[in-house]
Amino acid sequence: MLLIRRILNFYIDGFKSMTVGKRLWIIILIKLFIIFFVLRLFFFPDILKSKFDTDKERGDYVIEQLTKEK
Amino acid sequence: MDTFGLTVVEWSRAQFALTAMYHWIFVPLTLGTSFIVAIMMTIYVKTGKEIWKNITKFWMTLFGINFAIGVATGIILEFEFGTNWSNYSWFVGDIFGAPLAIEGIMAFFMESTFIEILFFGWGRVSKKFHLLSAWLVAIGSNLSALWILVANAWMQNPVGTVFNPDTARNEMTNFWDVLFSPTAVNKFLHTISSAYVLSAIFVIGVSAWFLLKNRRIVFAKKSMLIGAVFGLISAFYMFATGDESARRVFNDQPMKFAAMEGLYDGEKNAPLVVIGLMKKVPTPENPKMNEFAFKIEIPNMLSYMAALDPNAFVPGVRDLVHGSEEHGIVSYYERIRMGKLAIKALSDYKLAKEIASEHEAQKHLSVFNQNYKYFGYGYYNDPHHLIPNVPLVFYSFHIMVGLGTHFLILFIVVLFFLFKRDIVKARWLNYVSLLTIPLAYIASQAGWMVAEFGRQPWVVQDLMPTLSAVSNIESKSVIVTFVMFAIVFTVLLIAEIKIMLSQIVKESKVEED
Repeated sequence: MLLIRRILNFYIDGFKSMTVGKRLWIIILIKLFIIFFVLRLFFFPDILKSKFDTDKERGDYVIEQLTKEK
Repeated sequence: MDTFGLTVVEWSRAQFALTAMYHWIFVPLTLGTSFIVAIMMTIYVKTGKEIWKNITKFWMTLFGINFAIGVATGIILEFEFGTNWSNYSWFVGDIFGAPLAIEGIMAFFMESTFIEILFFGWGRVSKKFHLLSAWLVAIGSNLSALWILVANAWMQNPVGTVFNPDTARNEMTNFWDVLFSPTAVNKFLHTISSAYVLSAIFVIGVSAWFLLKNRRIVFAKKSMLIGAVFGLISAFYMFATGDESARRVFNDQPMKFAAMEGLYDGEKNAPLVVIGLMKKVPTPENPKMNEFAFKIEIPNMLSYMAALDPNAFVPGVRDLVHGSEEHGIVSYYERIRMGKLAIKALSDYKLAKEIASEHEAQKHLSVFNQNYKYFGYGYYNDPHHLIPNVPLVFYSFHIMVGLGTHFLILFIVVLFFLFKRDIVKARWLNYVSLLTIPLAYIASQAGWMVAEFGRQPWVVQDLMPTLSAVSNIESKSVIVTFVMFAIVFTVLLIAEIKIMLSQIVKESKVEED
């Protein structure tokens, strides 16, 4: 318990005493929000996962794509 | 369908290039400054001198800013694989999956755990544990780079795998062959050593600014010393690994090698073009044909660079397209024929499997296996579409090498002035050092341009070109995210530069003891 409390205090004190770090954390959080909640959800679907349910279907589709006339 | 004159393949390539190049603005500085900070902290722990503590803290702050702004920018590339490059993503699945999973588990957690100790640990953990954290952050960030570079190297030289025609996926047969392929080893070493050089130049350049402002003289000179020694050692290593990389490219990607030197007609005792200017000389068979309007050469050097033999034959673009029995080069015409056989055989194999005709399936599989090594060529009819943009690759290569030489000389001159002259008075050298910072980024990006434009049209060398790797999607959706990325990354870059500059100015105002 003591060790966990010491680790927690280490992080809490560290975050409290940050100066430029606070600004950086805000940038990191905004960036992660944009990447995972905006880009990933709305703009970057995994095409094969969203179109097909099984790996067999995905494999068949890719072979069809690879062997069709370009 | 074309949008603004570009196809979905071209938009997807442009988007990938944009995100990769922006990502690579942040990465090299992290790779190198992490080690520079660890070295500075080691000196502080050994000597106990306060100035080294201040030096370590300052460069650690700049490292932290760069790390924070750059972190997770590479994840976007993985999103693009699944959306824009789904055929490719499926085709290479296991090969990318394993290294990236190891990167996620081992390197990223190691890096992110110890980076907090590095920043929060001053006076809170023992000096030795703090120092250990600094080294583990450096090793962790470099290990992150290892795995993604191994995956990239596999795309340039696909080894240690076998294609499964039932699943359309490449399966790893030997992890060690993938990890320790000469291409992977060289790519990793050359990339990280170039990142170290860039970081050393960053340290020297920023320190030079202090000297130009006549501020923090001792602080700046000590920082410069670390930067120059680290940079000089890294630069020698960068040239050695670059030299070996050239031989790998000559063996595995001869078309890229020919493009790097603008070599259309192969020859024995091939000279190395040191400086050259290309001009377009379209021919009916190749409208993108280029020739040198002007060049300065070193006799026999290209042959030596390629095969460690000044008499060796180096094939040019035309030799590769038309083939040469004498030199054992299979023409692109023949490769296209074999590629088409492989594609047809894969299609027929799949049909035979569906109607449960095992005998037929095995017959087609045999044809497929015989021709698979040129599978990707089968998507083309005109071999000239398999030639990369020669002037772009040539200039990128020569800019990279030219600037690399400048960096090496700069490290030597800076060390000379630090030890034998008064570097504070050498204002010209400090200006050169400062102005070399953007040049280091240009050289670093140029290196990747050689690697990636030089291998076009291949996503996976000889097996998968961009046109078969791309997803069946609308180019309009790619344009929307292209514009979004351009805005987001530009904002991030501006934020990085602004925050860094404010920290540098703040440090310059501190009074030296």
